[in-house]
Amino acid sequence: MAVFEQKYQPYVGETTPSWTRFLILPRYAYQEIFQSRLFLALFVASFVYPLGSMLVVYLHHNAAALEMLRLPLTQVIPIDLDFFYYFVVVQSTFGFFLTMLIGPPLVAQDVSNNGLALYLCRPFSRFDYVLGKMLTLLILLSLITWVPGMLLFFLQTYLEGIVWFVENIRIAGAILLGSWIWIIVLALISQAISAWVKWRIAATGALLGIFFIPNAIAAVIKEIFETPWMYIFSTRSLMRTIWADLFNHTIRAELPIWSAWTALIVIAAICCFLLFKKIKAYEIIS
Amino acid sequence: MQPIIDLDNLSVTLGKRPILKNLQVQLTGRAIGLLGPNGAGKTTLIHTLLGFYPINQGSARIFGEDIRVAVKKIRSLIGYMPERDSFIAGMSCVNFVKMMGELSGLPTNVALERAHEALFFVGLGEARYRSIDTYSLGMKQLAKLAQAIVHGPKLLILDEPTNGLDPPTRQRMLKLIRDIRDTNQVNILLSSHLLRDVEESCEEILILKDGRVAVYCDLEAERKSNRKFLEMETVGNNLAFAESVAELGCEYALVGEKRIKVILQDGVEVAHLYKAAERHQLQIRRLNFKRDSLEDIFLKAMEEK
Repeated sequence: MAVFEQKYQPYVGETTPSWTRFLILPRYAYQEIFQSRLFLALFVASFVYPLGSMLVVYLHHNAAALEMLRLPLTQVIPIDLDFFYYFVVVQSTFGFFLTMLIGPPLVAQDVSNNGLALYLCRPFSRFDYVLGKMLTLLILLSLITWVPGMLLFFLQTYLEGIVWFVENIRIAGAILLGSWIWIIVLALISQAISAWVKWRIAATGALLGIFFIPNAIAAVIKEIFETPWMYIFSTRSLMRTIWADLFNHTIRAELPIWSAWTALIVIAAICCFLLFKKIKAYEIIS
Repeated sequence: MQPIIDLDNLSVTLGKRPILKNLQVQLTGRAIGLLGPNGAGKTTLIHTLLGFYPINQGSARIFGEDIRVAVKKIRSLIGYMPERDSFIAGMSCVNFVKMMGELSGLPTNVALERAHEALFFVGLGEARYRSIDTYSLGMKQLAKLAQAIVHGPKLLILDEPTNGLDPPTRQRMLKLIRDIRDTNQVNILLSSHLLRDVEESCEEILILKDGRVAVYCDLEAERKSNRKFLEMETVGNNLAFAESVAELGCEYALVGEKRIKVILQDGVEVAHLYKAAERHQLQIRRLNFKRDSLEDIFLKAMEEK
């Protein structure tokens, strides 16, 4: 129908498969997110460390360049488990700050503008909605964590040879698993906060608080009562424990590894519960 | 004819409070007005039809599909305009309507084309690239209508579509609803507490009272059934004229000295009344076929227990 006809017209054409519709949400979310200069600056900055790491890997295999720079690079920065461990830690920190910028308004905007009914009155389920919103974060965080991490790993494999790949296959698994756990935990916590806290500044504050305050309290309690168990509430400590275990890193873990996994699973379950409690077209007030 | 909406003993309880109680009705009209006082269950019924609220007892079918079994399929056939101010922030209106079209299953290019068309249709063509956050209330209502029709639904559910609109915008909204109705391509369920809106745009009405069906009727048939009810303003000997009317077999009621209400019986025409008036040298200054207005029907329904 041409616009000048201006009359109601039913639609009789083909429709898209319903399972693909959750992909629509990140597409529209990025249109808004990438208009923010602060986000763009941070997003670009988050590629500095991966590029630096790639340069280090390259220099490791370029004797002429090392000679010219007169750097004992192979001794100062060896390409080993620790190298990739720090890569994941640094990139995950960037991931946290990016989530602080884009996570809080993702669901809150829809809740505060009564937009949920508009989504859910269509052939689009609550699960599709949560998945679509989560995907916005999952894709962005993947681009700065495991994707450059794996590129780095494959660059090292390419320059070092297949023997290094076989001996260090554990690193690839640790990058993938360590990054994905962090991404999912970040996305779930930020979405749950976004669903319950409508005010953007308060939601950002809550996100910061959840990641930093329990750590500080746990440190104080450990000093006073000499028990590390308060760290079970610190997502940062839980992640560090898991990363250290995955990369066989030699930091002093505050908690046993089993307790870190259990705590993270419980946190994820609570976030899912909070999300599905709030993501409804209309609330029923008893 | 398959009913558009078939409610079979439908009961819905929210929290511990029963809101809809054993609704039993089959709605078949092109445009159905959903009426009732505040708290009668109009919005709850709409939300139940959209699958937002669980059914406690009975069933509800739309185009023959049970909403508990095929809610996704049903939602793809429905366009919904919510009562409350609802939009997606930070988007231009055309993007908003396009996204809603895509979520309903339209391919991206079709959704964009139809978003433009829908916005021109509702009269927001010139403002379609503006952020929806900057729209006035009337414009937001029109944008909500555009998102409800962008995917070409078979059933359009409008919850208080004229809420908060100024008279010209209200007229425009009602005209749009009538235009959509008259295409015969879509059925409309319009919930409103404004009787005039329903009267102007609907052919059938469902009146809810305290969560139950109070009245379901065809407005036009209801009006036709009252065509033999006459109201006259007269000058002259009213009493003698009334007696002549009674002799014709009609019931009458005198209202003051100058008015008389008559129910015409079969075989009695207005011409007979004029002859009787002539006999008694009575002037009939005004004669009206009194119709039951929607207000009469509504008030009658509210009075009945």
